[in-house]
Amino acid sequence: MLEATVIEQLENLAGKENVLTGKVDLVAYSYDATADMPKQTPDVVVLPTSVEMVQEIVHLARRNKIAIYPRGAGTNLSGGAIPLKKGIVLSFQKMNRIVDIDPANLTAVVQPGVVIAALNAAVAPYGLIYPPDPGTVATATMGGSAAENSGGLRGLKYGVTKNYIMGMEVVLASGEKVRFGGKTVKNVTAYDFSNLFVGSEGTLGIITELTAKLIPAPKYRRTMMGVFKTLADAGNAVAGIIAAQVIPATLEIMDRMTIRTVEDFAHIGLPVDAEALLLIEVDGMAEEVVRAEAEAVMQVVRDMGGDLKTAETDQERDQLWTARRNALPALASLNNTVVLEDATVPRSRITDMLIACENIAQKYNLVLGTFGHAGDGNLHPTILCDKRDQDEISRVHKAVDEIFETALRFGGTLSGEHGIGMAKMKYLGDELGRPGLDLMRTIKQALDPDSILNPGKMVPLREN
Amino acid sequence: MTAQAKSPKRQTGTTYHDELAAIREELDKCMKCGNCMAVCPVYGAEKVEPAVTRSKIAVAEAVLAGELELDDPQVYEMMFNCLVCKSCMTNCPTKVNFDRIMLALRAALVRKNGLPWLKKMIFSTLKHPTLFDTGMRLGAALQGLAFKSEADGRAISPRAPFARVGGAIGFDGERQMPALNATPLRDRVDEVVRVEGAVMKVAFFTGDSLNYFYPETGRDLIEVLTANKIEVHIPKAQSCCGVPVLVHGDVDTARALARKNIDTIEATGCAYLITGCGSCGGAWQHDYPELLAADPVYGPKAADWARRTCDISTFLTRIIALRPPTGRIERTVTYHDSCHLKKSMKVAAEPREILQSIPGLTFREMAAPDACCGSGGSYVLTHFETASTIGRKKAEDIERTQADTVSTGCPACMMQLLDNVHRVGGRQQVTHFISLLAESYRREKKDPDSGR
Repeated sequence: MLEATVIEQLENLAGKENVLTGKVDLVAYSYDATADMPKQTPDVVVLPTSVEMVQEIVHLARRNKIAIYPRGAGTNLSGGAIPLKKGIVLSFQKMNRIVDIDPANLTAVVQPGVVIAALNAAVAPYGLIYPPDPGTVATATMGGSAAENSGGLRGLKYGVTKNYIMGMEVVLASGEKVRFGGKTVKNVTAYDFSNLFVGSEGTLGIITELTAKLIPAPKYRRTMMGVFKTLADAGNAVAGIIAAQVIPATLEIMDRMTIRTVEDFAHIGLPVDAEALLLIEVDGMAEEVVRAEAEAVMQVVRDMGGDLKTAETDQERDQLWTARRNALPALASLNNTVVLEDATVPRSRITDMLIACENIAQKYNLVLGTFGHAGDGNLHPTILCDKRDQDEISRVHKAVDEIFETALRFGGTLSGEHGIGMAKMKYLGDELGRPGLDLMRTIKQALDPDSILNPGKMVPLREN
Repeated sequence: MTAQAKSPKRQTGTTYHDELAAIREELDKCMKCGNCMAVCPVYGAEKVEPAVTRSKIAVAEAVLAGELELDDPQVYEMMFNCLVCKSCMTNCPTKVNFDRIMLALRAALVRKNGLPWLKKMIFSTLKHPTLFDTGMRLGAALQGLAFKSEADGRAISPRAPFARVGGAIGFDGERQMPALNATPLRDRVDEVVRVEGAVMKVAFFTGDSLNYFYPETGRDLIEVLTANKIEVHIPKAQSCCGVPVLVHGDVDTARALARKNIDTIEATGCAYLITGCGSCGGAWQHDYPELLAADPVYGPKAADWARRTCDISTFLTRIIALRPPTGRIERTVTYHDSCHLKKSMKVAAEPREILQSIPGLTFREMAAPDACCGSGGSYVLTHFETASTIGRKKAEDIERTQADTVSTGCPACMMQLLDNVHRVGGRQQVTHFISLLAESYRREKKDPDSGR
């Protein structure tokens, strides 16, 4: 418990209305969207409204050695926002102003609490988009998604959050404020701080402002679906599309288990004997180019023995997307707990990884469906289990261990887009090795020597 | 099995209205993904996690686990900081029936502590319709003391001394609300309104809002039905639908009202029950069967009437073929989706079809037409600040359409829109969509060639 004087000081510097201490309020900040994680209530929740307020809170926390847990909308999938060591949850829900939209420089400056979809709505009248599109665009904040370096469905062609953050204002653990980067496309001044803080999961500094890169919205798009009799055919189709020199905006895959579950759930006429399904969307600024790309994709799908469906209208496009949109909800309806992983492999190993996931499910007698971003090798093996069944949960943990072990063996990575947080910290050494872990610790200790920023996450400190 | 197919426990002889543990299955469905944040109007206004659905589910879990007390004042406050608008349910990937969770919590609270005396007093009058009716008439007679009439239609606003006291719950001098009518709808019309060459007879469940606040709307609805050769039964013995007490956890009163209303409507011998209010219709379609699920006599009756209940717009466009109106109405109209009409009764296309069938009428959608207006029955009284923030956004969206009329399908929304449109300086007339159709039919008689 924090001393009453600390709460009083927080109320003085942030205003009583921005400090929450009620036990019900604390329960509301004890979780994020990650399944199978311990819940922990913080001591206090503070909702700052300015960077100065953030600095003062950090000064206070540092003097009193209190943990600070920065939080956007709490939609992450690695336990990143759970206040493991109590202390202060610093929620940015009230710092949600779009500071500047600059169509001449193709940039937007936002406060961290701006919701991604709100930024896209604001730049749409200029014919611009902010491309990173995690599944939570309608709720997740810019600050949270930058801290987690979130990906999304368009990663293959448009990249992920780190490719769109040009500058930042960050409050350090010392309470000092630094600004770096900005509206220039080129900037090699000093270290590339943006890429240090993007994806740092709140462990190195607190993001208080972001300069985001915008691009013109693609004018044309074509959507197709291919249904395949074998996983190998689907995998070959993915390889074939890339070999045909087409980079689709979306190249999504669903395995047999997911297809069947979606069909049971939504009754949209998917063939339940299919082994894999690809949802492909190409887009661009020139109609002929998009048409040629779509034709190339269709040819590949046919060559690989795929059953092809194409969308001519927005309504038909929506129908094709229904399957993908329902993947997670349908799987989630099977049981009370959804363990959603994001092991990622080189694109050429997608088929191997899908088969490995099926085998692991069989080995541990678990219900597992895999869907994900085939184009960038980012898969979501999803295990449906009963959180009250201890035996099943322990089998889930073993299966997850094996999924990560397999991904690394295939030359992949622990996390494509969800982050390390609490959920994957124990695997970190398997990918980075001891020197890599030491590098993480060196950076963490240099920037946050008292370990007050999101402690217990991402960096396995020795004393932990 | 799909999530939707899961029904409240019946075999125990109780429902989630009687046993809090019965909602565990609903709680388990929640992944805490936070999709509710995108649509929850309370969260949108307050921007703090305790305002949003998933946090209320986390608190319900803590209550069931014995970590929080149901009657803790903070739990109580959080539980009632919800409009029960069901917006979250439309955006929930795992289809959590959050309305059941909320109603179960409130019912459990009443079982534990009883109703607060004020609610008890008000709700008990509902079970005695004559007493309630007398109260509403008395209110109509006395409202002139506290409220002054506004130039615009039948709106009233608080007089100076009352505005000062009432400011905290929104009864400031700016407040506009419909006047209570001295003669309620059911006293203005016969119990059976016959029409020559009737093709069908239907029962009209008026609900309290159409009966006491908007009797003209109720009369318009009857007029539209008769214009379509439908005989209308409006039994005087019908009572409040029960939603206002159900949302406060008074399950006993809600059940008593449900049984009484079922008896009353059944006695008419009509094939369909027509409503002009999303909350009343939602009560018949969902709350009655769920409330009475364990009742061997009324359970099946409630399930039967659930299938036979439809909103006036659904009846006109899906059950019968609406007689196309020909009277011209030169107006630009936008439409607000009532939460209970769209999210509970699933009615959204039908009112728009009706509006667009009216000659001369220009229909213009507003941004987010199905975003809640912030009324939530008594929520607007108990949480005036949040309700106004929600209402102001709605009124601004309406204003941006540059429509001269905003229509909706629910009298509670009409009250909230009336007040909020006025507060942002909007000029829109607020009306039920059925009144525009009635007006078009009336114009045909005045000017037989108008639509041609």
